[in-house]
Amino acid sequence: MLESHSSQPPIEVGDGAAIPHKSDAGLFTAWRIAFFGAIVLCLFLAFGRPDQYMAIFMFIPDGILVTFKVTVGAILLAIVFGLIAGLGRLSGNRLINGTASLYVEVIRGVPLLVQLFYIYYALGRFVKIPDILSAIIAMAFCYGAYMAEIFRAGIQSIPKGQMEAALSLGMSRRQAMSEVILPQAFKVVLPPIGNEFIALLKDSSLVSILAVSDLLRRGREYASETFNYFETYTVIALIYLILTLFFSKLISLMEERLNDGR
Amino acid sequence: MTAVNRPMIEVSGVSKYFGSFRALSDISFNVSDGEKVVIIGPSGSGKSTILRSINCLETIDRGRITVGGMDISDPNINICKVREEVGMVFQSFNLFPHKTVLENLTLAQTVVRKRSKKDAEQIAMDLLHKVNIAEKADAYPAKLSGGQQQRVAIARSLAMNPKAILFDEPTSALDPEMIGEVLDVMKTLAIEGMTMVVVTHEMGFAREVADRVIFMDHGKIVEEGTPEHFFTAPSHERAKLFLSQIL
Repeated sequence: MLESHSSQPPIEVGDGAAIPHKSDAGLFTAWRIAFFGAIVLCLFLAFGRPDQYMAIFMFIPDGILVTFKVTVGAILLAIVFGLIAGLGRLSGNRLINGTASLYVEVIRGVPLLVQLFYIYYALGRFVKIPDILSAIIAMAFCYGAYMAEIFRAGIQSIPKGQMEAALSLGMSRRQAMSEVILPQAFKVVLPPIGNEFIALLKDSSLVSILAVSDLLRRGREYASETFNYFETYTVIALIYLILTLFFSKLISLMEERLNDGR
Repeated sequence: MTAVNRPMIEVSGVSKYFGSFRALSDISFNVSDGEKVVIIGPSGSGKSTILRSINCLETIDRGRITVGGMDISDPNINICKVREEVGMVFQSFNLFPHKTVLENLTLAQTVVRKRSKKDAEQIAMDLLHKVNIAEKADAYPAKLSGGQQQRVAIARSLAMNPKAILFDEPTSALDPEMIGEVLDVMKTLAIEGMTMVVVTHEMGFAREVADRVIFMDHGKIVEEGTPEHFFTAPSHERAKLFLSQIL
């Protein structure tokens, strides 16, 4: 047994101190390599191969703006949906609780792409809403269900004594929730909400199948005119990578500052 | 006129179940204005439960509790109004960690009592001086020792000008050298005439401060009387045993 293993050295799994720490990497952290690598590659392509790539970089900025609008709009709306549904799942009222739970279960059980089609095409027959808005609503409706679980867990992570202390001072449940519980829960939910934001940024590429000209759709439009598929999708991937890395760094900096405060 | 004679807290025939476990059975006692009642007993005897019931943090299954003449199980009564009048100090302090010491004291004053920020801060600072911790007004609770946190918690409850304060094992979570500073604050309150119901294992405090001692076991009141009577000549066997173990 041992003999046969020794011929192929297994991957050495370090435990505890043996695993390289982030700070050991010095200047070359994975994040920096990926982020600055992508930027340098973009610059190289744009200025080193201007005849192939410059046109792509000129063509897609509109798409970045749309992607950004969809992502930010959807995350803000999803936070609202999620907070309402999350509080609903903690409600003692059976009707409210049941409705919120049903929303979470149903939405989480249907693929996002199907939901996008459903809200965009199926509901679009009855109510006329602008393309980008229906994309935002569809994304937010879906992410709200995941967000509800984050808020529920965040609120439940605050010790019971906090609510009791607030109540014993004569505050109503509503006041205790908004003054005591939610401000504390916010800190707990910020990291997972940040992760949802990044996930939503990437999933927003799904709206390109609707008539929304986001980053991916702009790329597809360009590629189908010029047949430069490889070049176009290389640029698209690089831009998504730069965006997600940028925002994940921003979120981790925000977390660090929140933790320093206390 | 009846309001004057009426006890501040009236507990009559209260029973409570947790599932099939009978946590309180037929508890009755009164606390009159300015009286200090200490409830002692082994853990699991229901002493915290009865205290929490008075503040409606637990619902009772049978019996009646009135506070300042208000029946707290009456669905028409605004329970917040009752809680405004009765302060509560917890074993685990339960200070609000996201607020400074000063903000801990001003929050309920501004939200519930609708005092101006300036008035609330003035009252808060006076109370922090009183519990000897004014220099920490701008600190966050996490930076304070347990004894300091509990003194802030007492001040926070005083800021609402309660007619009575319930203490739920206020020193049980403290390191031994910090118990004294909290008990001193409580003694000061007692001398000033605050109505107090205290669940504690501090027998010295009970002996010194209590007007009346209630001994509970298995959800029942086993013995009730003056501290002299209780500590020197308890009539009940269970109370004797408890005292011999704890003293």
